[in-house]
Amino acid sequence: MRPLTHLQRLEAESIHILREVVAEAQRPVMLYSVGKDSAVMLHLARRAFYPAPPPFPLLHVDTTWKFQAMYALRDRAAHEAGMKLLVHRNPEALERGINPFDHGPLHTDMWKTQGLKQALDLHGFDAAFGGARRDEEKSRAKERIFSFRTASHGWDPKRQRPELWNLYNARKNRGESIRVFPLSNWTELDIWQYIMAEQIEIVRLYIAAERPTVERDGLLLMVDDNRFTLQPGEEVRMRSIRFRTLGCYPLTGAVESRAASLPEVVQEMLLTTTSERQGRAIDKDEGGAGMEKKKQEGYF
Amino acid sequence: MADLPPLETDPVYRTDALITEDIGAYLEQHQNKGLLRFITCGSVDDGKSTLIGRLLYDSKMIFEDQLAALEADSKRMGTQGQEIDFALLVDGLAAEREQGITIDVAYRFFSTEKRKFIVADTPGHEQYTRNMVTGASTADLAVILVDARKGVLVQTRRHSYLAHLIGIRHIVLAVNKMDLVGYDRARFEQIVANYRAFASGIGIEHFTALPLSGFRGDNITAAPSENTPWYGGPSLIEHLETVELAATAAQERAFRMPVQWVNRPNLDFRGFAGLVASGSVKPGDPVRIVPSGRTSTVARIVSMGGDLEQAVAGQSVTLTLADEVDCSRGDVIAAAGDPPASADQFEATVVWMADEALIPGRAYWLKLATQTVSASIAQPKYEIDVNSREHLAAKVLDLNAIGVAEVTTERPITFEPYDQSRQLGGFILIDKLSNATVGAGMLHFALRRAENVHWQALDVDRAAHAQAKAQQPMVLWFTGLSGSGKSTIANLVEKKLHAAGRHTFLLDGDNVRHGLNKDLGFTEADRIENIRRVGEVARLMTEAGLIVLTAFISPFRAERAMVRSLLAEGEFVEIFVDTPLSVAEERDVKGLYRKARAGKLKNFTGIDSPYERPEAPEMRIDTTTTSPEDAAEAIAARVLGPWSPVL
Repeated sequence: MRPLTHLQRLEAESIHILREVVAEAQRPVMLYSVGKDSAVMLHLARRAFYPAPPPFPLLHVDTTWKFQAMYALRDRAAHEAGMKLLVHRNPEALERGINPFDHGPLHTDMWKTQGLKQALDLHGFDAAFGGARRDEEKSRAKERIFSFRTASHGWDPKRQRPELWNLYNARKNRGESIRVFPLSNWTELDIWQYIMAEQIEIVRLYIAAERPTVERDGLLLMVDDNRFTLQPGEEVRMRSIRFRTLGCYPLTGAVESRAASLPEVVQEMLLTTTSERQGRAIDKDEGGAGMEKKKQEGYF
Repeated sequence: MADLPPLETDPVYRTDALITEDIGAYLEQHQNKGLLRFITCGSVDDGKSTLIGRLLYDSKMIFEDQLAALEADSKRMGTQGQEIDFALLVDGLAAEREQGITIDVAYRFFSTEKRKFIVADTPGHEQYTRNMVTGASTADLAVILVDARKGVLVQTRRHSYLAHLIGIRHIVLAVNKMDLVGYDRARFEQIVANYRAFASGIGIEHFTALPLSGFRGDNITAAPSENTPWYGGPSLIEHLETVELAATAAQERAFRMPVQWVNRPNLDFRGFAGLVASGSVKPGDPVRIVPSGRTSTVARIVSMGGDLEQAVAGQSVTLTLADEVDCSRGDVIAAAGDPPASADQFEATVVWMADEALIPGRAYWLKLATQTVSASIAQPKYEIDVNSREHLAAKVLDLNAIGVAEVTTERPITFEPYDQSRQLGGFILIDKLSNATVGAGMLHFALRRAENVHWQALDVDRAAHAQAKAQQPMVLWFTGLSGSGKSTIANLVEKKLHAAGRHTFLLDGDNVRHGLNKDLGFTEADRIENIRRVGEVARLMTEAGLIVLTAFISPFRAERAMVRSLLAEGEFVEIFVDTPLSVAEERDVKGLYRKARAGKLKNFTGIDSPYERPEAPEMRIDTTTTSPEDAAEAIAARVLGPWSPVL
């Protein structure tokens, strides 16, 4: 007898979920955000279907405001996995020049929430893998692994299907689609350990380095390109920083850190006392119920 | 922050010192932890959320920002005065935070030096039996909370019974709120004795009882606490760290892997992907494919990092076999010498989880491991009162009801009794119309009833009847919307066949509804029964050697498939009379569409009840391009030709 470790069991569960969806859905797609969770999810998909490439495309819902390093890794990772990469940018947001500096919450709504709905409708995807974890946030803790969305992509927490054993019901009604979260039971520490154990490539921004930064509204922002306009009194300073979560660079706060290797990053994470999503501006809207509300509106 | 001392120095939790001094050693240790999944059950006031909040807090899974938000929330909600209300941390959704109850299953994570834990937190309310069953289905252990002031309540019995029913072998009786009874040893022992008397009655042979205070932290991480010097057992955490894991025990049993997906990237590779349900497997092991019974040997266990030498229960793997044998999703690859059985009729415990009651006889999708089949549940033998465990008579099962009933599947499925294998004995039921998961069940054993009923040996058998009529018996099943032209075409076909000397009979709504089925109305259950009876009558007529023509809307694929399964291969001929709704409605020969649109007819197919188009009918008639006469001619020609092999 050889007891499996928790990482082996998590890996097996995630692979099982990925395969169930491919066996039962008509047009699955994997949402790929280029973050560390996406990296793990993509790696698990490659393991699940090896030696074949994963039998679905990757979809990046782009906002044009991601870190440059993310775009570079995105294209390389898709190529290495032998998967088709679809990039969707909300044409209306593009036309109206929606940006995080001038438009606040509208930026997230139009590029991400509306952009995601558009992309899923455009390609007729009926199941979309996402890298969300239950330990991230309170309303995630109650979400099913197979989470159904109405034709307008809304989430109704009171009408979730019971999920027993490892039996997933992937049958859906006309117009409905499924969000599937293969990493539901992983914690942040599990993700880091798996990245180290499997030597999965992640964006270097997770590791500390000297980078140009500006302090704004209590967040430490990185000046990633020349669209970043300084406000009066602001100055660009080089600081040793890293990111705990990656999104649109003008909305993602860095932490000052000297952790120049993965074990050091994990060390800091374990000793740190603020939760992961703290660096993101989006969760703070609407008080504690912000994420639940966003999901009912169709945010992933 | 309130009066909850953080137990930073406690050795069972991760030591900051090790992380600071040797992160490599810490990671190595964490890398090799096992995983225990458990469920906490308790009533609203048993302090369950507080206990979970405490476990998260003590294991430092709560960060400062969350704690700050929690403090603010606690003051705003005012449920614990000025003190921190840990329940707020666990009760996630806005709706339930307002109502102060947990309404769904939530999953929480924490870890100690030895194990990682996933906690399913489920509510104690009676109407939420389904949530507890859901949370318990993946758990190795159940923590049953009891308020020390109240002792063993009806809810305690219910939770224990459900945990036992779902096959949880490790039961923890957590006598909580000991601080509120002055840590009284006699009170604790009295509760344990009461519980033991009840537990042995339902077959729980072992349980571990602990005196706790989730709020004060007694006996959570270390035991005995200062307040309970009389307690000689382990702390809650110590116990959770040492119980045997079900996944490990499953490795001891015979090998089974339900096939999830056949991996065929090219002609040279054919891999069978699945999660090993039990046992272990190595290259060279002889295996049998169930249900076909074909045997082969395992050639490779393919993995991206290089082939594996062995795979065990709980791992997701890809196997290749030495021989080209037929094997697809739904099959089970098993130890050649000890394969699981297949059957199509079972006794099972069914837990009903939908607002709409279980309809006996209706076809549902049954999903067990990777097999999905059409199945029906007979009228329950009895319903179980989860509080008293009395057997009650029941015609249906309502939301949260648990009953024992016969389950019949349209084709044999590979299974094991639930008490031997959750993976091959647990199933879910899916409504064919709403696609919702409406029930779950646990197979007890197969009913070999078909072997017990000895069919009367008929000297004049079906072959003799067919021979006498010199024809191939069959059922021409016309399906389509009301007003599509089914009866018109079927009548014309019958005339042509009769003219050609064939023995025929036409069953349609009019001659069946007025006699055989005059007791049936138009509810969903009645419509299903209507088609079932028509199917049975048609089958008897084919036994008599007849060519039967039926003209029924028969809107549901499942019911048509059910009739098809009654008949011998090739004897069910599905003819789809395809008329667009707009055309049928325009014709409206009987004025029914007008009534339905006016709301005078309920459940009218095409208007407020769906029509499921045949996916692969033997023949499709497009009535917008083909006249009834031409259609009948084409059908008759096939009956007399290709559909009737020479007898």
